Amino acid sequence: MSSLAGQWNYFLVIALMMIGFYAVIARGNMVKKMVGLTIFQTSVFMLYISMGKVSNGTAPILTGDPQTLYANPLPHVLILTAIVVGVATTAVGYALIIRVYESYGTIEDDELIKMIEAEDAEDSEDMNGETQSA
Amino acid sequence: MSGFLVNASLISLLTLIAILALRLHRLFAVVMLSGAFSLVAATLFVVLDAVDVAFTEAAVGAGISSILALATLSLVPAEEKPHSIAFVPAFLALATALMLAVAVTDLPAFGDVNAPIHNHVAPEFIKGSAEDIGIPNVVTSVLASYRGYDTLGETVVIFTAAIAVLLVLGGYTRPHRRKIKSRKKGEDKNAG
Repeated sequence: MSSLAGQWNYFLVIALMMIGFYAVIARGNMVKKMVGLTIFQTSVFMLYISMGKVSNGTAPILTGDPQTLYANPLPHVLILTAIVVGVATTAVGYALIIRVYESYGTIEDDELIKMIEAEDAEDSEDMNGETQSA
Repeated sequence: MSGFLVNASLISLLTLIAILALRLHRLFAVVMLSGAFSLVAATLFVVLDAVDVAFTEAAVGAGISSILALATLSLVPAEEKPHSIAFVPAFLALATALMLAVAVTDLPAFGDVNAPIHNHVAPEFIKGSAEDIGIPNVVTSVLASYRGYDTLGETVVIFTAAIAVLLVLGGYTRPHRRKIKSRKKGEDKNAG
């Protein structure tokens, strides 16, 4: 059990991660989904940064003292890249939301599914009508 | 132990913000809470010795993300339809949390100096940053030199995302909407 006590930070981050995950899969509003995705994403960043932490260490900026312990710089670099890429994908997500709203007049996915199903039903009726007339 | 208290209180604050963002129905408040979440997350990154990540998270996560979300809210309805608790997703989230918690017990302890991650290439990067590159900030030298191709890939992704946004929102791919609008206007004129 001593090993379990050493991982408390990871458990806290997992709890946070699951709130974001729940928001993504349970909420129908698309903006809410995007916010949930941001929370999920940031929690994953925290998990990675936690792995790079060294007890009694300092930020990876060289002090000149050979005895200094530094945090691991590699997860920091990966997460720097991931943050910027995350914002780029978020921008695409918001652009798609605006486009969906322009085409369907709603950003709630249950309403959207109904409209798309109704459209599909209309289309298949049209197809049937065309084949009969032909 | 003080590290535990600071981290635990910051993550509790983050959890509180996340739950509020989940429960509120006014999307303006939700978006602002998401910005606050990024800001507190940046504080946590400082506590975890990741100062460069904290800068980026505060500038990009709390700043640019919030601006993008607010710009979206100016074009779509800012109120969410009320929802009750969805049990299947809640169960899925709990099950995933359980699996992750079991998996995490295999990780080395938090802050352990002898963890494998600290004994692979990281010591060479820290040593080489002073000797080969001459920059005191190790994160910068890894980002721009040792793993420069990653950064190149990152810029390619941003470029692709910019093209995608322009294609989705630009005028070329949506002539139908305008036609419908102009047709309606024309009908109105005829009717008037």
